Amino acid sequence: MLSLNWRRSIVRREDWEHAAGRLQAGELALLGLWGEPRTAHMAVMERDTNACAVLSVECEANRYPSVGRLHAPAIRPERAVRDLVGLEPEGLPDTRPWLRHTGAYRFLPAEGESLHQIPVGPVHAGIIEPGHFRFTANGETVVRLEERLGYAHKGVDSLMVGALTERAAALAGRVSGDSTVAFSLAFAQAVEAALEIDIPSRAVWLRALLAELERLANHFGDIGAVCNDAAFAIMHAQFGLLRERVLRTADACFGHRLMMDRVIPGGLLHDLPADGEGRLRTLIAEVRKDFPDLIEVYDNTASLKDRTVGTGILSPALAQQFAAGGFIGRASGRNFDARRSPGYAPYDSMQFEVPVVQAGDVNARVWIRIREVEQSLALIEQILAQLPSGSICTPLATRPEAGVREGTALVEGFRGDILAWIRVGPGGRVERCHLRDPSWFQWPLLEAAIEGNIVADFPLCNKSFNCSYSGHDL
Amino acid sequence: MRRLLFKSFVQGTLTEPAPAIDDGALTELAARVNQASHKRLGRALSIREVDAGSCNGCELEIQALSNVLYDLERFGLRFVASPRHADVLLVTGPVTANMREALERTYLATPDPKWVVATGDCARDGGVFAGSSACVGGVSQVVPVDLHIRGCPPSPVALLKGLLALLESVAAEASRSA
Repeated sequence: MLSLNWRRSIVRREDWEHAAGRLQAGELALLGLWGEPRTAHMAVMERDTNACAVLSVECEANRYPSVGRLHAPAIRPERAVRDLVGLEPEGLPDTRPWLRHTGAYRFLPAEGESLHQIPVGPVHAGIIEPGHFRFTANGETVVRLEERLGYAHKGVDSLMVGALTERAAALAGRVSGDSTVAFSLAFAQAVEAALEIDIPSRAVWLRALLAELERLANHFGDIGAVCNDAAFAIMHAQFGLLRERVLRTADACFGHRLMMDRVIPGGLLHDLPADGEGRLRTLIAEVRKDFPDLIEVYDNTASLKDRTVGTGILSPALAQQFAAGGFIGRASGRNFDARRSPGYAPYDSMQFEVPVVQAGDVNARVWIRIREVEQSLALIEQILAQLPSGSICTPLATRPEAGVREGTALVEGFRGDILAWIRVGPGGRVERCHLRDPSWFQWPLLEAAIEGNIVADFPLCNKSFNCSYSGHDL
Repeated sequence: MRRLLFKSFVQGTLTEPAPAIDDGALTELAARVNQASHKRLGRALSIREVDAGSCNGCELEIQALSNVLYDLERFGLRFVASPRHADVLLVTGPVTANMREALERTYLATPDPKWVVATGDCARDGGVFAGSSACVGGVSQVVPVDLHIRGCPPSPVALLKGLLALLESVAAEASRSA
């Protein structure tokens, strides 16, 4: 009944509800749910085939059948759509506001003897993003964690409306700064799909190079930070150094430490300079020399493993249900990586493994990152070996006769799959754009993973998830 | 582990020399740092970072200040966990409507004398998010700002230059009023 391809289908209410039922049954995974005046959209992926589709339903009197009623991962997106667009999901189990903060917020109750609450945030003790955590604990043991997010809500979706693609690209690159390359890439791929533009093959390969550098930098930062939250500072220092080396190489090669605004619709802003390949090979050689020693320390330090093994376990069933992307899903048995399937160039021309383990604890999420570092190093070497010559950008021809066009993309950022959907109008103006951070389907799982752990292990669990506040809050 | 410790021991210090102090920042600060700056602060400032809705790019570079190459603490600058322990609020982001109250309350919780450093282009005027109905747009719309550090995000060196300028201004004023 559903034709599973990226083309958007406008469906009847019954078909929308049928899709919600298939989500509930686990046949489909939810990739995103967003809205615009009078229409609700959702992107889904068939579990067996990884085929993707976008479904839209017209909202008579601004109402549509709630997906969250049957499929919990849709609840927060539906609350957000309700706040931002005013569409009312019929039957939504949780009607509290989400991204729009107005007045007092009613936290969910926890009942039992000797319970106390610990409110944390939105201003945290460390140098991290704003969000509120409400712990209900019995002594040291967390009985319930409830997140309240939205503090970083900047109104990205509405700023996109009417923007020219250049400005929209700058916004996309600032949805979540740590994933700026991945978001710019997802946005650019969606625009290129909409306008049916082919970009030069050199740009395709260089984009993957930037994406893998970003993955390396973030994984280094995360591994060090997890160890630091287990009070093992030497690893933090060593991984901070590795991260800095990646950023400096990125700066020398592409003119920006985080490589912001380098991936643009049509291709790439900067070509690799003449000394770029040498710098990258030096970086890889340095990492290959230092990284194994650090992993050995991680693997052989009992006091560190004592904190990470068995802590913050996320069950494979929940990871599946929420279609958790990235190292969170892959540490809990979900074998999914958007680079492999649905897949995009140039990864179809390269050899790489997608590491998956079942344990689902902090340690497993660290090990997935370690394995992915090794894969990214190998990918960068393959890119350097196969990098085609030629131009790096196809100018975006504005074709007024082309009318309104839509495009979708799914890109694997360091923390998981990023969905980009765009509708471009005449003159290259964005009519609507939605960028869905992986964190949408990871944040709720942190609430589950922390249950029964001690409060003091929360920073460790939180860092092992490392969800984006800004990416989620939009 | 022993190999790692030995390597750290023999390779020497990786920390890099301090960058030159930013002249522009000194000029901006000259007007802001006055007699109220107390001698007791000496050459040390405690910094509370406040993310008022940034994209987290600024946070990444602020975190980098603590890595071994920049080693912020050698200058007497350190990050603290509470505004009640802080002399400086390092504020990032376009100040979202949802963070406005938290920023105000953090400012009020910081004891005098205190300085506010608006960090990054968003903190200056909203940056790419300027004009959004979900953002206030610029830290100075909410609390008084003593210094702006530009960049999207500012590099660790740019951050260091600005913070050292603040440290110098405070120390100079303290010795004058002694």
